[in-house]
Amino acid sequence: MRLVFQDGTFFEGESFGADVNAVGEVVFSTGMTGYVESFSDPSFAGQILVCTYPLIGNYGVPSPDKFESEKMQIAGLVVANYSETYSHHDAVQSLADWCKASGVPAIQGVDTRVITKKLREKGAMLGQLTRHFINSKQTLEKLKTTSPGSTDFFSTLQSAGFFDPNTENLVAKVSPKEVQTYGDGPIRIVLIDCGAKENIVRSLTRPETTVIRVPWDYDFNASPPAGGYRALALSNGPGDPTMCGPTVEHIKAAMAAGKPILGVCLGNQLLALAAGAKTYKLPYGHRGQNVPCIDVETGRCYITSQNHGFAVDDASLPADWKPWFKNANDGSNEGITHVSKPWRSVQFHPEASPGPTDTAWIFDRFIQDLKNNVI
Amino acid sequence: MTEKPKKILLLGSGGLRIGQAGEFDYSGSQAIKAFKEEGIEVILMNPNIATVQTDQGFADRVYFLPLTEKFATKVIEKERPDAIALSFGGQTAINLGLALEKSGVLQKFSVRVLGTPVSVIRDTEDRDLFIKRLNEIGVKTARSKSAHTEEEALVAAKEIGFPVMIRAGFALGGEGSGVVFNQKELRARISGAFRSIPQLLIEEYLAGWKEIEYEVVRDAADNCITVCNMENVDPMGVHTGESIVVAPSQTLSNEEYQGLREIAIKTIRHLGIVGECNIQYALDPRPNDRSVGRAKTFDYRVIEVNARLSRSSALASKATGYPLAFVAAKLSLGYTLPELKNSITKKTTACFEPSLDYLVLKMPRWDLNKFDKAAGAIGSEMKSVGEVMAIGRSFEEVVQKAIRMLNVGADGLTAHRSGNFKVSNYMDVIKEPTTERIFALAEALRADVSVEKIHSLSGIDPWFLEKMRNIIETEREMMRLNLIEPAILKRAKKLGFSDVQIAVATNSNEEGVRSKRKEMGIVPVVKQIDTLAGEFPAETNYLYLTYHGSENDIVPGKNQVAVLGSGPYAIGSSVEFDWSCVQALKTLRQKGFGTIMINSNPETVSTDYDMSDRLYFDELSLERVLDIIEFEEPSGTIVSTGGQIPNNLALKLAANGVKILGTDPKNIDRAENRHEFSKLLDTLGIDQPEWAEVTTWNGAKKSAAKLGYPVLVRPSYVLSGAAMRIAHDEVSLERFLKKAADVSKDHPVVISKFVENAREIEIDGVGKSGELVIFAISEHVENAGTHSGDATVVLPPQRTYLETIRRAKDITKKIVKSLELTGPFNIQFLAKDNRIQVIECNVRASRSFPFVSKVTGHNFVDIAVRGMLGEDVSGHYRTVELDYVAVKSPQFSFSRIKGADPVRSVEMASTGEVACFGDSYSEALLKSMMAADFKLPKQAVLVSLGKEENKIKLFESIKQLEAMGLKLYATENTADFLQVNGVVCEKVFKISSKKSPNVSELLRDGAVDLIINIPTKSGKEENTDGFIIRRQATDLRIPLITNRQLAEGFIHALAETKGKGLEAKAWDEYHL
Repeated sequence: MRLVFQDGTFFEGESFGADVNAVGEVVFSTGMTGYVESFSDPSFAGQILVCTYPLIGNYGVPSPDKFESEKMQIAGLVVANYSETYSHHDAVQSLADWCKASGVPAIQGVDTRVITKKLREKGAMLGQLTRHFINSKQTLEKLKTTSPGSTDFFSTLQSAGFFDPNTENLVAKVSPKEVQTYGDGPIRIVLIDCGAKENIVRSLTRPETTVIRVPWDYDFNASPPAGGYRALALSNGPGDPTMCGPTVEHIKAAMAAGKPILGVCLGNQLLALAAGAKTYKLPYGHRGQNVPCIDVETGRCYITSQNHGFAVDDASLPADWKPWFKNANDGSNEGITHVSKPWRSVQFHPEASPGPTDTAWIFDRFIQDLKNNVI
Repeated sequence: MTEKPKKILLLGSGGLRIGQAGEFDYSGSQAIKAFKEEGIEVILMNPNIATVQTDQGFADRVYFLPLTEKFATKVIEKERPDAIALSFGGQTAINLGLALEKSGVLQKFSVRVLGTPVSVIRDTEDRDLFIKRLNEIGVKTARSKSAHTEEEALVAAKEIGFPVMIRAGFALGGEGSGVVFNQKELRARISGAFRSIPQLLIEEYLAGWKEIEYEVVRDAADNCITVCNMENVDPMGVHTGESIVVAPSQTLSNEEYQGLREIAIKTIRHLGIVGECNIQYALDPRPNDRSVGRAKTFDYRVIEVNARLSRSSALASKATGYPLAFVAAKLSLGYTLPELKNSITKKTTACFEPSLDYLVLKMPRWDLNKFDKAAGAIGSEMKSVGEVMAIGRSFEEVVQKAIRMLNVGADGLTAHRSGNFKVSNYMDVIKEPTTERIFALAEALRADVSVEKIHSLSGIDPWFLEKMRNIIETEREMMRLNLIEPAILKRAKKLGFSDVQIAVATNSNEEGVRSKRKEMGIVPVVKQIDTLAGEFPAETNYLYLTYHGSENDIVPGKNQVAVLGSGPYAIGSSVEFDWSCVQALKTLRQKGFGTIMINSNPETVSTDYDMSDRLYFDELSLERVLDIIEFEEPSGTIVSTGGQIPNNLALKLAANGVKILGTDPKNIDRAENRHEFSKLLDTLGIDQPEWAEVTTWNGAKKSAAKLGYPVLVRPSYVLSGAAMRIAHDEVSLERFLKKAADVSKDHPVVISKFVENAREIEIDGVGKSGELVIFAISEHVENAGTHSGDATVVLPPQRTYLETIRRAKDITKKIVKSLELTGPFNIQFLAKDNRIQVIECNVRASRSFPFVSKVTGHNFVDIAVRGMLGEDVSGHYRTVELDYVAVKSPQFSFSRIKGADPVRSVEMASTGEVACFGDSYSEALLKSMMAADFKLPKQAVLVSLGKEENKIKLFESIKQLEAMGLKLYATENTADFLQVNGVVCEKVFKISSKKSPNVSELLRDGAVDLIINIPTKSGKEENTDGFIIRRQATDLRIPLITNRQLAEGFIHALAETKGKGLEAKAWDEYHL
């Protein structure tokens, strides 16, 4: 099976997943453990994931209650060395079996470092995992000469079998259709699920809280959940935040109602859009578990887990908003906060899973503040 | 940030010993760089003269002094530093720091402790305090009780329940620890233990649990990161220094990885460590039974925290490219992590956790076969003397690489060209691990023992075993095919098979496989280590080769010279060769060359990120060195600074078209090859001890009889006298020969006349186009019969006649000329009466190069390298008439090698060395011995002198001891002799005599603080009374002298100085 890029380059590998083709945006993640959590993270919807760590599958796959959503979310998988035998007390199946059962193709035996460097230099690219890549040289030549972003470019891409997942509403695809409630504590929190990782739900669900998990476009202002709600949490999710127009409107309404808000990842971008700021696409995104972020209020540096392709443009923040965290490596925005209102969000994943748990205190503080009625 | 200190005293770690090796040269030298960069004056105290950190131009001032409270106090009083750094010199520096703090010296002279406060160090060192501190935050430790008496220990063990683990507090490398299964065993084990240690710990036994480590960095502003985690392939029960270790962890889920990481950070914050530390865990591989619902499904115990740079941190630093020691030094000055840059990328911050896109595997290197009676079993005590680190992109690749890197003759996990490394009792060895367990695993897999079965016996995770099985399966397939075709060849290379192994499996030869492979285009690629898995561009020079790749990360460099490193530390090949390599790199750089370093040892300075322009952390095998040279095409390669490993490659590299700088490899071989060299000496009219080469037992018997006993027995191509013995008669000759044949079947054995009562002298020098450029001559205190690596060496010579020096120099000139030497060399001589004989000549930098360079003030390696590059290096170098004396003493690790006889013989046993200067020979000798952990006697001496000759020759010395007011005890015959001759002494009986008072009782009572025991015949193996005395002395930490000449020298020096006048002078003060 091959991984074929939109520029016509390809990498031949051995298939160990489902025997189907996949198309998507090729991205890389630098995490060394936590493939189960990553692969089931809805933010990876539509993406062919390249793992920079070369040995994948070592500890198998646990039962689905340990996933970050009900299923494998990645569109395809590329690794250097798949470990055919696995060993772990928690494992119930192999990664290959999970891929096969999920209909996700996977290849191994390719130089993932070369692919990573390619993506780093050229930015995220579209790709396909396929056994039968039969595109004509002509199509590929045309792709090279057509200006990216033009209609012509997209149609050529499509005719070559490539597909840019960011052109569709991925959030709508991964968001639940029904409202679901967790816990029965007095502090009622609406969680807008744009593709939420389970650990966000777990992190918010406590004896003192009730978490009402709603679909991405659920209008909790027009038809509030029974018993109302006290605060709003915005989840992570895949793709371009500007696709989530209705969600942004609902957040604006919650802001107007003075509800405390905490956003995570896509939630950071959505809150920024609701505040009137802008977002942009990063060249190749931040996907890993070792990203240092500095709390600009305290100067303290935290190691964070990240998975995002878009970011908030600091410069576009309105005057009453300010950055909360910044990326210590490239200076990009990692969180925003309102100067006086209880509205905050972070670009990284305080719920970790996978990744370091350094910033789990963000949930603690949010709930503590709600409990103490200081927000 | 608190105010930066102006002057820092940095404590080194002293001589290399088991549990404390070259890694502290790395951490100390990085710390010095970090401090110097801030404009801070650095005073270094370290008697290890073979280190890079003690080089000129590194620290502002160097004190080659014993790391004792007394000397440190003198240095502090004299230098008045405002701060002291304790965390870069291992346990030695920590212990000394604690002592200085306790005695009030630091307070008295207002010396601030940098980094982790002393109270915190104490919290981590004292088990009770440690457990209490961790309990405060609900972090689990192994159930443990400390005991200060034998009775307390027995009670504690009963409470915890057998089996229990016992370990000593305040010990480096788990010394004195082990598992005990019942009361009786415990009683035997701890008998007398409280004499040498204040506290013993009785702990819950966690055998079979996974052993995991994290390296944690924290700054004073409470930023805290984990730089690396590591997983031991050998589970709990085998000391981490004895374990095969991988980084990052391979079998941990996210929950386990992050769960342990979180506990690490929480613990380190709570303890208040500033800088770098290491935390070790036991992790339950099957915790399900105890877990409820979605609660954390992992169970762990914290084993220990080392609040200092350690062997593990050196490994983590090399494994990730993150300069832990450098960063720790900066943090100790008050910097915060976000303020520091990642020195690999130079763009991103140091406050991050490296992401690896490869894995590393560390394997310990043992040398237990050098010790006659030592057991090969490994367990909770560290016995390994060195380690290697392999980098690759599959487990199979790194495990096979690492085995080759060990340089023990193994070609990988399997398919060895020697046919050795077969373990017949493999199931026993898997269950009760020995140093050969890795080969026992291979044997079991070859015999189709199931992974499940091996796992149940060894506790090794099935994941690792399955990978090893892949290797064995592939070997099988190659054997079945019996030919080389691309698919299987590619697979084999990805699984780490060398060309040699493939040749063995397919009945071919190395050259054949190599050329076929290259024809097929199957070559390794060069990959960079950049700390960020390729996420950001990095100008890194840190490289390795792998077959898991399709593209090189770099293009070949220009105008480069390659230096081959020394590989793992082993007995006979230690930090001194790394020193020589580093000097070569420095000179090459000065001369404008790009430098390429190839080495496999993570405990070195030569593998630091800023020492070379390109660091290939890879094998020093012919195949891999050729891979690198063929890729880089350097203009020259230096093989003469890394000891015997590169030296042995010289001829083969040259045959493959590699340009070797310096002496022609043909002439290197002429010196190495005994026949050739002997012929050469004959031609030159140079005397040598008679010798014969034999291949059969009968031949040996005849030759020995002809030469006349005693004879020296050894295989060809030796370093550190592996399997070298003195045979006193036919019986012992047969026994030793069998041993030698076991060690090296393919090599013939050389038998030479052993000259008794001869003295040894050495010449270290540099030649240029056959002319002698510079030389230093040093003499051994001990007579011939003590390996040169175990000898006490004096420079300039004190007892050698000028005539002898002149003749040695003449001989040297002749040899240099006829071998057309260009570069470093070392010649060893025997001198007896007016006769001078050449024992051997090494055409490379020797063990004593750093010593002679630092004592004479002329850098011999620098001169050698400049000579190799064609520079005119001729001149007048003053090396003989010096205004001071320097003495180099061996550092032994006998206390670690249970059961070994702590004597000096023709077989090298020391693990390191130290050297001190003095205004007199006596001063230098005493300081040097003290620097190697020898304590001066204050109360009583036990003498046991053996044969008549010793008694007569040492009589005057023993009288001197009496005159100094030391009480004398003597064993039966010695006591009789002394009493008859009017020396007052108390007789003690041999242990075997069953009479009282016997030696054993005397020693256990702690009355004696020096033992002089001269073995009857060197090289004897029987379980004699003498052996028991020596072993007890070692186990009870009583200073011991086993050599007559050293005893004489020591007593004379003691009498002359009366232990006073041992000056704390800095190195530069001697050169004035």
